[in-house]
Amino acid sequence: MGWVWKSLNSSIGKKFVMAVTGVALMLFLVIHLAGNMSLYGGKDAFNNYVGLLEHIKPFIRVIEVILGLVFAFHIFNGIRLWIQNKQARPLPYSVNGSRKNTTVFSRTAFITGSIVFIFLVIHLQSIWYVFNFSGVEEDLYTLTTDWMRVGWYAALYFVAILLLGFHLNHGFQSAFQTFGWNNSKYFPFIKKFGTFFALVITIGFGSIPVYFFLLGGK
Amino acid sequence: MAKLDSKIPAGKLEEKWTNHKFNMKLVNPANKRKYDVIVVGTGLAGASAAASLGELGYNVKAFTFHDSARRAHSIAAQGGINAAKNYRNDGDSVYRLFYDTVKGGDFRAREANVYRLAEVSNNIIDQCVGQGVPFAREYGGLLDNRSFGGALVSRTFYAKGQTGQQLLLGAYTAMNRQIKLGKVKLYTRREMLDLVVVDGAAKGIIVRNMLTGEIEKYSAHAVVLATGGYANVYFLSTSAMNCNATAIWRAHKKGAPFANPCYTQIHPTCLPIHGEGQSKLTLMSESLRNDGRIWVSKLKKDMRKPNDIPEEERDYYLERKYPTYGNLSPRDISSRAAKEAIDDGRGAQGQDAVYLDFKDAINRLGKKVIEERYGNLFEIYETITGDNPYESPMKIYPAPHYTMGGLWVDYNLMSTVQGLFVAGEANFSDHGANRLGASALMQGLADGYFIVPYTVGNYLAGDKPVMVKTDHPEFEKAKKNIEEMTAKLLSIKGNRTVDDIHKQLGRIMWNKVGMGRNEKGLKEAIEEIRKLREEFWKNVNVVGQSNDVNQCLERAGRLADYLELGELMALDALNRKESCGGHFREEYQTPEGEALRNDEEYAYVAAWEFAEAGKWNLNKEPLEFESVKLATRSYK
Amino acid sequence: MEHKKINLTLKVWRQQDANAKGKFADYKVSVSPDSSFLEMLDDINNDLEKKGMEPITFESDCREGICGTCGLVINGQPHGPIPRIATCQLHMRNFKEGDTIYVEPFRAKAFPIIKDLMVDRSAMDRIMEAGGFISVNTLSVPDGNSIPIPKEVASEAMDAASCIGCGACVAACKNASAMLFVSAKVSQFALLPQGQPERYIRVDEMVKAMDQYGFGNCSNTYACEAECPKGVSIKNIARMNRDYFMAKIK
Repeated sequence: MGWVWKSLNSSIGKKFVMAVTGVALMLFLVIHLAGNMSLYGGKDAFNNYVGLLEHIKPFIRVIEVILGLVFAFHIFNGIRLWIQNKQARPLPYSVNGSRKNTTVFSRTAFITGSIVFIFLVIHLQSIWYVFNFSGVEEDLYTLTTDWMRVGWYAALYFVAILLLGFHLNHGFQSAFQTFGWNNSKYFPFIKKFGTFFALVITIGFGSIPVYFFLLGGK
Repeated sequence: MAKLDSKIPAGKLEEKWTNHKFNMKLVNPANKRKYDVIVVGTGLAGASAAASLGELGYNVKAFTFHDSARRAHSIAAQGGINAAKNYRNDGDSVYRLFYDTVKGGDFRAREANVYRLAEVSNNIIDQCVGQGVPFAREYGGLLDNRSFGGALVSRTFYAKGQTGQQLLLGAYTAMNRQIKLGKVKLYTRREMLDLVVVDGAAKGIIVRNMLTGEIEKYSAHAVVLATGGYANVYFLSTSAMNCNATAIWRAHKKGAPFANPCYTQIHPTCLPIHGEGQSKLTLMSESLRNDGRIWVSKLKKDMRKPNDIPEEERDYYLERKYPTYGNLSPRDISSRAAKEAIDDGRGAQGQDAVYLDFKDAINRLGKKVIEERYGNLFEIYETITGDNPYESPMKIYPAPHYTMGGLWVDYNLMSTVQGLFVAGEANFSDHGANRLGASALMQGLADGYFIVPYTVGNYLAGDKPVMVKTDHPEFEKAKKNIEEMTAKLLSIKGNRTVDDIHKQLGRIMWNKVGMGRNEKGLKEAIEEIRKLREEFWKNVNVVGQSNDVNQCLERAGRLADYLELGELMALDALNRKESCGGHFREEYQTPEGEALRNDEEYAYVAAWEFAEAGKWNLNKEPLEFESVKLATRSYK
Repeated sequence: MEHKKINLTLKVWRQQDANAKGKFADYKVSVSPDSSFLEMLDDINNDLEKKGMEPITFESDCREGICGTCGLVINGQPHGPIPRIATCQLHMRNFKEGDTIYVEPFRAKAFPIIKDLMVDRSAMDRIMEAGGFISVNTLSVPDGNSIPIPKEVASEAMDAASCIGCGACVAACKNASAMLFVSAKVSQFALLPQGQPERYIRVDEMVKAMDQYGFGNCSNTYACEAECPKGVSIKNIARMNRDYFMAKIK
């Protein structure tokens, strides 16, 4: 199995890991978003959905562990790539011309990813950890919506989701490129679809703090 | 010196090369690894020779002054490469390619060499395809061809407008394979500054490491020079900035005769000079002449914009003078006609330029077709000049492009210095007094892949040369001379820059040893060059140190050689009292202004032997034509 | 044709050798808009030499955009602001009176600076030597027409092969990655039937070599494609990724 490890450690291998874990995380986002949409159905609808997940708790725990590993790989690899890439150009240019030849989304993938990561830690602590492990007997709907009504939290949530959108807009088409699925016939469509996907995720998640904080949703 | 023996094998023209190959002595495969061969230059001829010699099992040391073997100026050839494949079924054959080349060279090339060139041309195409050169294909998947000047058949293979690049990359990859296998050792950023000759045989070279300035010695059983041409003697030419004559010139000074130095090709379709700061001239592909019409105003000093000059006041001089070939007349003839028009005061808007007009072609074929055919070139033109050639005609001007002359070699491509082989543009052998389009790539690869590897083996097996160690007194002496020359150059600290003197030399060469030459001008040129050479050694300012990257020193060394070579070119032109191909003596022309050859007295190769700076001995190798009948070259 | 000259301020990176500390030197120039960028530098150098000062070391050769020797980063962009050209094809009419222009060398760990604007790009040749070839001996080849190659395939291979090896992709990439360069050669041979026998070993060897020389990793920003003087497509990178994957699981 040495060859697997070696291959994944090559520059293309590392990219491959980024892409595979990225795609897995995108799938998670879709499922998470679908669940979150039930927030708009009110307290009962959402809590019913949560109850459903409670039924298959052991399975969810396994998924959570896998998800955790996927995250870890994505982040660990991302940091490793970032460090190596910085080392590949010890002295930067005095004039930065990257604005002229790249998009803001691809240029800032590491920064947007980092901010999303910080948000993720806060988000997990405040909702997932509190709900599952802190012993507080609050239902998840109340817990979630209460947080959404806290100004700084709603703002952080919104900004993080916006940056996640940036991250996805790069990541979606980037994954296809890394897998080698780039062809002049369908790649333009993939790029557009990636942007569409990023928009759906951003609007979907981003609407939640807007609804509960700004529009006073119950 | 040794009598010039061309060593042309006996027998019928068609059988000479085959018989010769059979009669060659072979090196025992187990012994090949005991022989070292130095190859200087990694363009088409050098890289292909290094690769092939490495494959055969010799230890090859390849040298280039570039940072990479992929940068040689072979890379800039656009149009294509000729081969007698006759894939078009249009009557082409080895003999026809041979004949066209001999005629194109104005009957001043060696028949046997040219025939061999045509013979191996087909192997080149196969070889390059095998290496993965992406030649243009037709819809059926077979190789495509285009036509080129000076031929009535379609035999030119091409890869977009980047044929030279693709062929060079093919040779470069073949050499890389041998580098990986350990058979070729590549030395980059090394400039050859001297040839080491021991007892009349080439035993090694002296190079300057261009990063550290160190003068290094390398020895071998044989030396192959593939270092290109010397058109940069004109300062402005289509050659790359770093193309130079130093390697062949220093070999010349060590005993290798220099043949036909006055044969230079002036290419008709280059971009005009924009000002004093111009660093080199850009070639526009000859293919433009397929659809473009060349003209100047009928009036002198006509400063009107070209589109304001009415049709009846335009002189389409090539169509007028050469109705059959018209705008596709060979390079030397087209260039000279442009010069005549400009000398007559009819240059485009008073400049040194003529018009190349696509108006009629656009009207006839539509802009889209023209864009498909030449879009790329039109873009280049616009990038450089800022003018749009779809709207107003291009301005073009002739420029020095290729040098047919070079070190004298026999049929084996060996100089009179034993074990010194010369390949590609650096030798004189195949193009006579004028080279046809798409033939330079052919010659470079023919020499490198298919000729030198055999003939070097024959030399090694026959003469059994011994290798001399680099601590031999000759190596020490050569190294010391180079170090002294470097120190001398750096110590002059005069008032003129290297480029300033080079530009002056260029002007002398262009005006007096350029497209039109005459006795008075040539004599003046010789005097002026001598004076300039003297001034150079007293008044040049070479800055920087010797033990460092020093581009100023590199240029100064090359210029020192041009200042001697330029004189020899003028001397050779003065000696050749006839006009042929790229050498046009104004005193020798027909009443219609065409080149007038003198086969009685000048059907020979002028091989100059170096005595001392400014003094040469002339040796003549008579050219015998057994297969081709000498005829006046007519494109009317 | 001589147009009115324009006045510019150049800030040019000067560095004595690989280990020295470099800094920008200022040069005021007055230049014809018809002049090329490199001719402007020639002119500065001629003036410096006249004063007995060391000229700015920079590399160039063919000055027709094909040899790949030249390569300067001009205001943060390799080969300057105009797309699809090499530095030598950049003309001064693209600049305005009073402009300040920063001229820097290609910067990458894999391209150590030799002097001033001259860098060592030999790592690219090492990658080519690792496997960027088809193993055929001289004369051991079939007739050129014996393997028909569809026109589109030949022309796609040609597009990949048009890479001039200048290193602008590395210089432009924020990670100094050489993926576009390596993938161009991998693709040329992967597309052609002649390249099939060594297709997977080639990509493996070349990527291995690429990873050795300190180039960064590709993060799909496509700056390479945007700055490539020959417009070599990132599709080639995708093809290399695919082939590399295949090479590994085969």
